[in-house]
Amino acid sequence: MTSIAIPTGMPQYDDVPRFDVARVRADFPILDREVNGHPLVYLDSANTSHKPRQVLDVLGEHYALHNANVSRSVHTLGTEATEAYEGARAKVAAFLNASSPDEVVFTKNSTEAINIVAYAFSNASLRPDADPRFRLGPGDEVVISEMEHHSNIVPWQLLCERTGATLRWFPVTDSGRLDESGLDDLVTERTKIVSLVHMSNILGTINATSRITARVREVGALLLLDCSQSVPHLPIDVVDLDADYIVFTGHKMCGPTGIGVLWGRGELLAAMPPVFGGGSMIETVTMARSTFAAPPARFEAGTPPIAEAVALGAAVDYLTGVGMPAIQWHEKELTAYALDTLGSVRDLRIFGPTVPVGRGGTISFALGDVHPHDVGQVLDSLGVQVRVGHHCAKPVCSRFGVPAMTRASFYLYTTTEEIDALVAGLEQVRKVFD
Amino acid sequence: MQLDQLYQEIILDHYKHPHGRGLRDADDSGDQVAEAHHVNPTCGDEVTVRVATDGAVLHDISYDGMGCSISQASASVLHELLRGRVAGEAFVVHEAFVELMSGRGQVTPDEDVLGDGVAFAGVARYPARVKCALLPWMAFKDAAARAGVGVSPEVKA
Repeated sequence: MTSIAIPTGMPQYDDVPRFDVARVRADFPILDREVNGHPLVYLDSANTSHKPRQVLDVLGEHYALHNANVSRSVHTLGTEATEAYEGARAKVAAFLNASSPDEVVFTKNSTEAINIVAYAFSNASLRPDADPRFRLGPGDEVVISEMEHHSNIVPWQLLCERTGATLRWFPVTDSGRLDESGLDDLVTERTKIVSLVHMSNILGTINATSRITARVREVGALLLLDCSQSVPHLPIDVVDLDADYIVFTGHKMCGPTGIGVLWGRGELLAAMPPVFGGGSMIETVTMARSTFAAPPARFEAGTPPIAEAVALGAAVDYLTGVGMPAIQWHEKELTAYALDTLGSVRDLRIFGPTVPVGRGGTISFALGDVHPHDVGQVLDSLGVQVRVGHHCAKPVCSRFGVPAMTRASFYLYTTTEEIDALVAGLEQVRKVFD
Repeated sequence: MQLDQLYQEIILDHYKHPHGRGLRDADDSGDQVAEAHHVNPTCGDEVTVRVATDGAVLHDISYDGMGCSISQASASVLHELLRGRVAGEAFVVHEAFVELMSGRGQVTPDEDVLGDGVAFAGVARYPARVKCALLPWMAFKDAAARAGVGVSPEVKA
């Protein structure tokens, strides 16, 4: 890694928060296993992260000791389960610096969270008395970017089809950054919502959002940030971000699958019509019509993923215990190391930013003209787990003229030795296909 | 699992030196020509297979596409095995290949029927790659049907 002497009087490398990676790794049982006769080298955390013992224990204990349905029981177990579920909501709110736990809606995942917002717009568009901020029709515009995961493209395409609104998008530059040069033409008085990825799941780019936010405010639109890849890896403060909605998913941040979050400004959630109808989301029901509960319950119809939410709370505790600033720094060092070492591999092309600034620890690349499936297969035979394919972001692949990419992604338990194993594995790939 | 069971020399050879690649028009103007384009939505691999036939003999099977070594080698082997064959025979081979790929490594392939296709026996042990191997074969089936020749059984992979 390149090292530069920092002048005295400036913050030094040793000043940044750090943690002992070996101790963190000891918390993750799966990291002890072997794959195909080799120690596991897991470089696919952008896909899903592993879970520490502390989270697995809470998940098991919830079912073993406190299992009951929430928000409807007077009995002791029901009260315990409700307290644990609502306690998890409070933990998530504090983790995001949200002004109230009521701003945290539990969902299945980020995809569902985005769809809830899109369908709330859709439902509002059918009702003349709905809040005009959510009403869409011909002439209105929705703005996304070419850098999005399919989950932040398809719901908006469908919404535009239903309402007659127009979908527009920010392009991506050759270096894998969001091209903001057309910002003022793209985000205008016609724009109702801008929905952007905070950190790209494929290029690793972290988008600086302040200019976009300022423009969104100027034209009176709303801003949603897909934080699926940023909430697990950097300190996120929704007051600082100044977005209207953020979405993320539990399983990428040491939590279980089946639980995600829609955070929205309280006033906005309160103005949104419901999306899913059913139990728990109502105020009162007659045979003819119903009235609805206040958020977050309004958006949580039916029995929610209770144990998963509780375990997500445990994941938040775990990450907070290690320290989000320390995790961010650890991944910054890994990213710098990986960009350097991968850069030394012959015929390797990195897609996205090649400097460890404004990017996270997710690096996609091509190795000569060897297809990513083949790269991934040879690496797997050596225990190295990477993601291959289009990463649910086909427009990004098209932007860079390839059908698929190989992606290595890091987390708090990743080591530089694992990056070395990746580089050694790539030499093996070359031997098979040269 | 042993990597060389998957990446057999025959497969790598077909991948690096594909046979009959490129979409072609029919030599005989009396032929029915039809094609099918298939994609593997999980990885983005794509292949187009074109069949030229007089209804009895598959005069040409041409293809183009992009994808991994397994899918591209499989298209090359398909071309080698089925071009010039009577349709009925071709579907026997097709069925044997599908059976091999659906067999999770438990099916012993018959080299007399499958030729270089036997090299794909190892692929059947890698569930994530079975679809790669089958991609051109499924496109072939659709293209043949569109050109007016028989249909082989459905795949259960």
